Amino acid sequence: MAYEVNGTTVEHDEEGYLTDLNDWSEQIALEIAKNQQLEMNEERWEVVNFLRNYYDEYQVAPAVRVLTKALAKTMGPEKGNNKYLYELFPYGPAKQACMIAGLPKPTGCV
Amino acid sequence: MTTLHIVNKSPFEKNAMESCLGHALDGDAILLFEDGVYGALSNTRIANEISRRAGAVKFFVLGPDLNARGLGDGRIADGITVVDYSGFVDLVTTHGRTQSWL
Amino acid sequence: MSEAKKFLYVNRKAPYGTIYALESLEVVLIGAAFDQHVSLAFVDDGVFQIAKGQDTKSLGVKNFSPTYRALGDYGVTKFYVEKDSLDERGLSADDLMEITYEDENDGFAEKPSIIVVTKAEMAEVMRDQDVILSF
Repeated sequence: MAYEVNGTTVEHDEEGYLTDLNDWSEQIALEIAKNQQLEMNEERWEVVNFLRNYYDEYQVAPAVRVLTKALAKTMGPEKGNNKYLYELFPYGPAKQACMIAGLPKPTGCV
Repeated sequence: MTTLHIVNKSPFEKNAMESCLGHALDGDAILLFEDGVYGALSNTRIANEISRRAGAVKFFVLGPDLNARGLGDGRIADGITVVDYSGFVDLVTTHGRTQSWL
Repeated sequence: MSEAKKFLYVNRKAPYGTIYALESLEVVLIGAAFDQHVSLAFVDDGVFQIAKGQDTKSLGVKNFSPTYRALGDYGVTKFYVEKDSLDERGLSADDLMEITYEDENDGFAEKPSIIVVTKAEMAEVMRDQDVILSF
């Protein structure tokens, strides 16, 4: 299973998570989002970039409650809450935002 | 609440038994099983430490693991009680906490 | 939920040589969702798990040491490290990563998570727990 972008193919698992997170690019992110029936806008990019930075720093995709707490701290309570995140990513910020960010499925995401 | 410590590594290969003895408090129990049963032999370099602590700490060894390794009762250091599987279960239920030394 | 219990994860193995350290870390991350009081203990070779300067690039395996620094976000704020184990291995607290948490009850002040304890103190920490998970 693979995403195809500009003639290159990038492997993903059965759920859609990238097999190798080094394959990620903004083009791939747009393709994954399209597969999830999501259009990338500024708000979604903000969360995706936050996740990529968090992973870069800690080598782990944060659990949802950790994500909301961290977003609340850096971007304010109007963005650091479940309602906001689920409006952006209806099937779950952990699942969809991490997938678009090219990260593995969050540990403890059940 | 006292602790049942369980050790399944030979003290001659790993430091699990030694570390366990270093952290077990008076009133605790230590059960040796699998390769941990080699720690129950008499005349070894750790037998002295066991007899020094025996009384304050209760020592047990799992009989089926002794028998499997050809270690009869006569080879076991003084102060160590041989138990069977149901004795193991009794020890778990009579201690508030079980801690494994892997 | 019933009353929160005190869980202690006891880490006694070096990282990379066996899967214990990584498995322990993953269980901590998963377990943190259950709102219990979780602390970590590093004893014997377990102290090598949080040594600074780990670099696994040429090994081709993931360097999971940065993840310990994320545990404060997960409410895991106590890393008990046994001094005897450090001493035996020629290490001091300076050889460990800087691991901190933000104290929500103190204006999010950043505080160190690592608490170096003697073997006798570690035995008391263990006695103080409801559940001990060994790795």
